[in-house]
Amino acid sequence: MIGLVVAGGASVAVGSVASAEPSSAPYAQQLTAEDGELLFRANCASCHGLQAQGTENGPSLIGVGAASVDFQVMTGRMPMAFQGPQAEKRDPQFTQEQTDAMSAYIAALAPGPGVPDDEWLDASQVDDEGIARGGALFRINCAMCHNVAGAGGALTEGKWAPALRDIEPVHVYEAMLTGPQNMPVFNDANISPEEKREIIAYLAYLDENPSVGGFDLGSLGPVSEGLFIWIFGLGGIVAVSVWLTSRPN
Amino acid sequence: MTATTARPSLTAKASNYLDERTSMSTLVATLGRKVFPDHWSFMLGEIILYSFVAILLSGTFLTFFFEPSMTEVFYDGSYAPLKGLAMSAAYASALDISFDIRGGLLMRQLHHWSALLFIAAIGLHMLRVFFTGAFRKPREINWVVGFILFILALAEGFTGYSLPDDLLSGNGLAIINGMVKGIPIVGTWISYLLFGGVFPGDDIVPRLFVLHIMLLPALVIAFIGIHLVLMVINKHTQFAGPGKTNDNVVGAPIMPLFAAKAGSFFFIVFGALVAIASTFTILPLWEYGPYDPSPVSAGTQPDWYIGFADGALRLMPGWESEILGWTVSWNILIPIAVLGLFIVLAMVYPFIEQWITGDKREHHIAERPRNNPTRTAIGAAGVWFYAIMWAAASSDLIATHFRLNVFHVTYALQAMLIVGTVIVYWLTKRIAIGLQKKDREILLHGYESGRIVRRPGGEFVEVHQPLDEYEAWKLKAYESYAPVMVRPNAKGKITPATHLRAALTRWFFEDRVSPVTPRELEVAKQHDDH
Repeated sequence: MIGLVVAGGASVAVGSVASAEPSSAPYAQQLTAEDGELLFRANCASCHGLQAQGTENGPSLIGVGAASVDFQVMTGRMPMAFQGPQAEKRDPQFTQEQTDAMSAYIAALAPGPGVPDDEWLDASQVDDEGIARGGALFRINCAMCHNVAGAGGALTEGKWAPALRDIEPVHVYEAMLTGPQNMPVFNDANISPEEKREIIAYLAYLDENPSVGGFDLGSLGPVSEGLFIWIFGLGGIVAVSVWLTSRPN
Repeated sequence: MTATTARPSLTAKASNYLDERTSMSTLVATLGRKVFPDHWSFMLGEIILYSFVAILLSGTFLTFFFEPSMTEVFYDGSYAPLKGLAMSAAYASALDISFDIRGGLLMRQLHHWSALLFIAAIGLHMLRVFFTGAFRKPREINWVVGFILFILALAEGFTGYSLPDDLLSGNGLAIINGMVKGIPIVGTWISYLLFGGVFPGDDIVPRLFVLHIMLLPALVIAFIGIHLVLMVINKHTQFAGPGKTNDNVVGAPIMPLFAAKAGSFFFIVFGALVAIASTFTILPLWEYGPYDPSPVSAGTQPDWYIGFADGALRLMPGWESEILGWTVSWNILIPIAVLGLFIVLAMVYPFIEQWITGDKREHHIAERPRNNPTRTAIGAAGVWFYAIMWAAASSDLIATHFRLNVFHVTYALQAMLIVGTVIVYWLTKRIAIGLQKKDREILLHGYESGRIVRRPGGEFVEVHQPLDEYEAWKLKAYESYAPVMVRPNAKGKITPATHLRAALTRWFFEDRVSPVTPRELEVAKQHDDH
């Protein structure tokens, strides 16, 4: 059975997740850290080392914790689509069960931040004032890279902070907790679990309440507004004035 | 004959009543017969005027509800994610306008979109005037007046951008504060004076408000008045054409045709603006949150018209030096100096060109850009220089959207700013001269008709079709200048200024294509007739 799952995991890694997923579901509850280790060896060890000790191609994963594995694998950033300035988000290559098994394996190597409890991910427990506090925290801690509207932004050397629309609450939480890629770590002493939940609630508010003033032009601020008024505003009105002054031939 | 024809109509009676008290008929008779030439590019000024009307109307509405104060309040309006936060009364009232006052959001968006269109149309209008040489005598003063209007519009835009006291406007003010403080010795004092203490203080919003709604609009209206009166006095330029000379104006009189056209164009511009304002959001200030000096958002940009200044700062390498214990911020001083020089040169360009060419005659014909290759090349290089600085203000968005390294984007733009400007100058000049040569060819030998004919001797030729008179006029009618010779002045001396001027006119006019002379045309015609 383990052989079947590993084979499934390996085939997932080469891109046939659809066929592997249903067959592994009945066994899902039974995956253990040992299964995670096998999955790890088959899919991750080439860069992270057979004992997750790291190689010149990838960092050590000892002590990164289950939260980090869950974030990286379940957002599709790992395994990396290709070597580049930073790992890109894509469809996850493993099921949640497989990822949990790998998380268990990594967490067993050394203590690290764990996957958050559902209690801290539930935006419905946050009232309006909490959303407002979340917004203020977001502007102070996150907007610098992710933009006030969560539209994302540029970092140095071809890296970037991704847009934060429609992100799973658990991934928002784990990103703050583990600081993936170029992101700093916001540990519980820095931003408490309650405050993290308020930030999640604020982002959920932005997702659920789209732009009140009409089309938002990508929430990119004055650049898209300027392009719009030059191309469509002035362009359209100049086209009208050309028409007004044209003469029939 | 019936009795009704003898009785004066109501309109006649009303007009008579008015005229007896105001003597308006003289004004109406003169102005009503005033003629305006017809060309799409001559309507750019109207777009400016009509968007300004939209700004005035929507701006008046906003002043009813906006509270220009930095007093701290706790927000209690209907936008949930800001509830209970401390903010300035200015920001709270801007939120109320957006969420709690009927029509407020539409008016705010109309005001902001109109402002963007206003300045964009000013830019295009200035380019039209520049590239057609419409700033030449007697219109040099009006160019300067227009240029001051442009500067005033930028000032209006920037003060307006700073009023809502959201995070974006505060970041803009922080940059201004940094630039002011970069001025050696007096910078810090000026900053204290401007902000009434340590930045950001709590004086700047009311101060900018007074400028934004009183002083600057009054100046804009006064200068628009001067601009229009001078335009009426100098008359409008027109493009050369049959019957259109340097001594007349051919077009539609104000009453009734032009007034009807202009009036309907007003509704088109206003309607387009309201349509944009009601469908596209601009400055979603609730997303930015109240101003607080610590956060800065990624993708913080000024409105498009200040972009060139922001871009200049972004393109400048971070040079600083310390002289006798004073830090000299070249990274701020050099961009300020370059922008200042750029603006002053553009403002006085009519006088520079006049001095170089020595041309003191009146010009009422708008030149085709190709017929003055050097000016066109200078203009194109200026546009390029401006556009690169402008693009640099969005270097971060260029990097993320095209998956580039933001440093490489900056290096590429730096190279394009310096090398590109020279290349654009040279290319434009060559293209303009090439187009002139093509015009000359077409005038003398007609255009290629695509009809191939075999001569009795066996030779194949393509028949060239001569232009009709109407088309030919456009190509014939232009002036060509020759470089000014170095000649001694009245005292028999050749001054350095004379040499400089001679060198500059050579730069302007050494490479040129002379207009077709009547004799050349005659010869070409006889040749074709064979």
